[in-house]
Amino acid sequence: MKKILTSLALLGLVVAGTAAFAAEEEHNAAAPTHFPINEPKEMSWSFSGPFGTYDKGQLQRGFKVYKEVCSACHSMNLVAFRTLQGPTGLGYSEAQIKSLAASYTIHDGPNDAGDMFDRPGKPSDYFPAPFPNEQAAASANGGAAPPDMSLLAKARGVERGFPQFVFDIFTQYDAGGPDYIHSLLTGYDQTPPAGMVIPEGTHYNPYFMSGVSLKMPKPLSDGQVTYDDGAPQTVDQYSRDVATFLAWAAEPHMEERKKTGFRVLFFLLAFGILVYLTKRRVWADVAH
Amino acid sequence: MSEGHSTYTPKTGIERWFDARMPLPRLIHDSFVSYPVPRNLNYMWTFGGILSIMLVAQILTGIVLAMHYTSDTNLAFDSVEKIMRDVNSGWLLRYMHANGASFFFIAVYLHIFRGLFYGSYKAPRELLWILGCIIYLLMMATGFMGYVLPWGQMSFWGATVITGFFSAIPLVGNWIQQLLLGGFAVDDPTLNRFFALHYLLPFMIAGVVVLHIWALHVVGQSNPTGIEVKSKTDTVAFTPYATIKDAFGMIVFLFVFAYFVFYLPNYLGHADNYIVANPLKTPAHIVPEWYFLPFYAILRAITFNVGPINSKLGGVLCMFGAIVMLFLVPWLDTSKVRSAVYRPWYKLFFWLFVADAILLGWLGSQPAEGAYVFMAQMATLFYFAFFLIILPVLGLIETPRRLPNSITEAVLEKNKGGSGHPAGATAAPQTKG
Amino acid sequence: MSATDIHDPNRRDFLYVATGMAAVVGAGAVAWPFIDQMRPDASTLALASVEVDVASLQPGSSLIVKWRGKPVVVRNRTEKEMKDGEAVNLADLKDPIARNANLPSDAPATDANRTTPGKEAWMVMVQVCTHLGCIPLGQEGDFGGWFCPCHGSQYDTAGRIRKGPAPENMAIPVFKFISDTKILIG
Repeated sequence: MKKILTSLALLGLVVAGTAAFAAEEEHNAAAPTHFPINEPKEMSWSFSGPFGTYDKGQLQRGFKVYKEVCSACHSMNLVAFRTLQGPTGLGYSEAQIKSLAASYTIHDGPNDAGDMFDRPGKPSDYFPAPFPNEQAAASANGGAAPPDMSLLAKARGVERGFPQFVFDIFTQYDAGGPDYIHSLLTGYDQTPPAGMVIPEGTHYNPYFMSGVSLKMPKPLSDGQVTYDDGAPQTVDQYSRDVATFLAWAAEPHMEERKKTGFRVLFFLLAFGILVYLTKRRVWADVAH
Repeated sequence: MSEGHSTYTPKTGIERWFDARMPLPRLIHDSFVSYPVPRNLNYMWTFGGILSIMLVAQILTGIVLAMHYTSDTNLAFDSVEKIMRDVNSGWLLRYMHANGASFFFIAVYLHIFRGLFYGSYKAPRELLWILGCIIYLLMMATGFMGYVLPWGQMSFWGATVITGFFSAIPLVGNWIQQLLLGGFAVDDPTLNRFFALHYLLPFMIAGVVVLHIWALHVVGQSNPTGIEVKSKTDTVAFTPYATIKDAFGMIVFLFVFAYFVFYLPNYLGHADNYIVANPLKTPAHIVPEWYFLPFYAILRAITFNVGPINSKLGGVLCMFGAIVMLFLVPWLDTSKVRSAVYRPWYKLFFWLFVADAILLGWLGSQPAEGAYVFMAQMATLFYFAFFLIILPVLGLIETPRRLPNSITEAVLEKNKGGSGHPAGATAAPQTKG
Repeated sequence: MSATDIHDPNRRDFLYVATGMAAVVGAGAVAWPFIDQMRPDASTLALASVEVDVASLQPGSSLIVKWRGKPVVVRNRTEKEMKDGEAVNLADLKDPIARNANLPSDAPATDANRTTPGKEAWMVMVQVCTHLGCIPLGQEGDFGGWFCPCHGSQYDTAGRIRKGPAPENMAIPVFKFISDTKILIG
C-alpha cells in the first residue's frame, strides 16, 4: 500500500510538472488561443451537493426570465408544460399549468378536412419553438441558430483541468453548466483588450467558451423583468435564476436522484459492514 | 484442479435424479462451492467477480433501455431524453448503464494490471490471458458503439474519427470504411448497425467469459506469491471463503459506482454529448470516452512519416499495436518468477508503466499541441519499450528474491510475529468451513 | 477474530441471518426499477383528452375517435334503439353493472346509466370487446347493437353484453358534453 501511495505521488509530480510546463506558453491578451478567456465564476447553488434541492421560488423567477426574454429566440423542445407542475416541477398547481399551456398557441393537425390549424396549448404539449426550423432561426439571428435550451445546463461546461477535476469528485461539483451560463450572461459590457479584433456583428464576452465574442447581444439588463417576490431585479439575479431554471430543465429528476442516492449509499454502507463482519467470521480460522 | 475427483454428493431424490441425467448441480458445486482457491488471495482477486456482476448489470440495464430507445437519427437523441425525463426510473437505468460502462472499464483495467503485477499470464495461463484480452477487445468495441447511440455531438464525431482509422489502410481503406458506415459518412445505416451490434456483442462477451472461466478452472487461480498450489493446505474452498470475500469487494466497488451514478452521473461523460449530432459542425475539441484516452494519445503521438508509412497509418498501427502488445505478454516476459513481489526491478518498472498509462490518458484528453505532443511521443516510446525491451531483458538479467517453498509457508511467514493467531488455526483449512 | 467468540453460536447465526436478509432486501430494491420502467411513462399518462365535434351526427349514425390508442364510438341512437335499450329487464343481463366511469362502480346497468343525463340518445363507449379485445361491428347481431366477429359476443343497443363469451358490458369512458355539439372524452 505504501508503495502504491509513493507511486501515485510520483505520478502526481510528473503530471503537475507537465501542467506547469504547458502553462508557461506565451500569453498574448489581444489574440488568445484558449477559450474561455476567463474561467467561469463558481457560484453557490441550492441544488449543489448531496442534499441539493431546487428553490421553487427561484425556478419560477428563472422561468419568468426564460419566458419573457430567452424564449424570443431560444426553443426548449424537450420540456412539456405538464412537467412544470407540482413538487417535481416548478411547484405550480394543475390549474396554473392549464392556463399557462392555454396561453401558448400550438400548431396542430391535420384536422378532418386535412388542414393544419392553431389551437391553445394543453399541459401535454411541449414549449413551441420561436422559429419553424433551424434555418429560419439561423437566418433571423445573423447566421447562428440560437441553441435549444432544454439541455443547455448539461451541454455547456468548461474543462476543469488538473488537479481541479480530481477535487471535483469529492466536492461533487456538478454545476459546470449553470456556472457557465451565469458567467456568460453577466460577462457582457467589458472592454476588450487593446488590439483585439472583434468580428462584425458579434459581442465581446471573456466568458464565452468558443471564441472572443458571440453573436448573441447582451440579453438582460437591470429591471427588465418584474419580480413579484421582492428578489432584486438585477442582471446578476436574473442570470442566477435562469441558470437554475435551466439546470432544472436539463435534469428534472435531480432531487429524486440525490435522495435515492443517499438511501442507496446508506444501505450499501450498512450491508458492507455486515458482509465484512461475516467475512471476518468465515476467515477467522484460516490464516491468509 | 477440475480433473480432481468431484466432492459432490447428491443428498435429495431430486438431486440424484438430476445428477443421473444432467449433472448441472454437480457442475455448479464443483465450480463455485468446492472449487479450491489459494488461501492467500488478496482483494485484487475480487475483480473477476466484480466484472461478472458488471457484465450482468450492463446487459440487464441495456435490455431495458432498448425497450425505449429508437435507433433512427431523427429520433435517437429525443428517445434517450424521453428515457431521462418520462420513463419511470428511466434516468436511473440510463445513468447506471452509462456509468456502468466506465466502471466496467475501471474494473477491467485493475484486473489487467493485477495480472501484469503478479505475472498471472505465465504458463500455463497463456490462453486464459489471451481470452481475457479478447474480452477486453470486445468490450472496447461494445463501449465505442454504445457511445454512438445517444446521437450527441461526441457520438457522431467519435464514430467519424474511429471509423476513420480504417481509411488509413492502404488501397482498401476507403472501401472498408464505407463498408463499416454503410455510406460515405456516419448516418442512419451506421446508427442502426451499431445498435444491432451493441446489443449482440455483450452476449459474445458473456460467451468468451465462459471460456475464460473454464480455462481458469483448468489451470487454477494464480496467487500473490506466484507459486503453484502444491498441497491441500495451500487452498480453501471457494464457498464460503472466496464468495464472501468477493461479496465484500463487490459492495465496496458498488458503493463507489453508486456515488457516481447518483451524485456525479455526468462526470465521466462529455458535455457536448448533450448537443444533438450535427454532421456539419465539429466540436472544438473531440475526445473519446476516458477509457480510450491512452490509445488516443498514442494515435496522435505519431506526427511524422516513417519511410513508406505516413503519419496517419503510423498512428493507427501504433494504436492497434499497443493492444497487440497485451496479447504477446506471456512470451515477451522471460522471467521464471511470476510475481512482482519477488522481482524488485520489475516492480519498479511496473509502477512506471502504470504511471505512463495514466499520463498517456491525461495527454489524450489535452489538445494535441505544443509540449503535449512531445510528451505523448515520449510516453508512447516508454509504453512500447516496457513490452518490447524491459519485459524480455529484465527477465534475463534480474536477480529475484528468494521464493518461499509453498503458499502455506508464505502465509505462515507473513503471519509470524504479527497478530496472535491460535496455533491450531493454520492446520488444513480445506477440511473446515 | 479471537477464538472465544467463534463458539458463541447465537451471535454467529444472527450475523449470517442479518447479512442474508440485507442481501434479499438489496436484491428486491434493485429489481424494482427494472419492473417500474415497464409501466406507462409520464408522457403516455399525460396524453390529452379528445374533443369531438358531433354537430353533424344524425340519429342512427356514429363516428369513431381514437382515445388512448383505442377506438371510442360516439353514436346518436335512433328512437327504436333507445326504446329497445330501456325495455330490457335488468335480470336478463349477463353483467348487471353499468361499467360507466362517470358513475359509482356499483351502478346498475340501466339504459340511463349507460348514457349521460339529458343526452340519453348518445352512446359514448370504448368499442372494444370485453372478451379478448377485438373491435365489434356496429348495428349487427341478434340485439341490434354490436357483434364481435372474433368470438361471437353480442351486445345490445346500449353496449351491454347479452350473449357469447364476453364477461362485461363495454366500458364507458369519462366524458362530458361541453356544449350541445361538443363532447370531451377523458
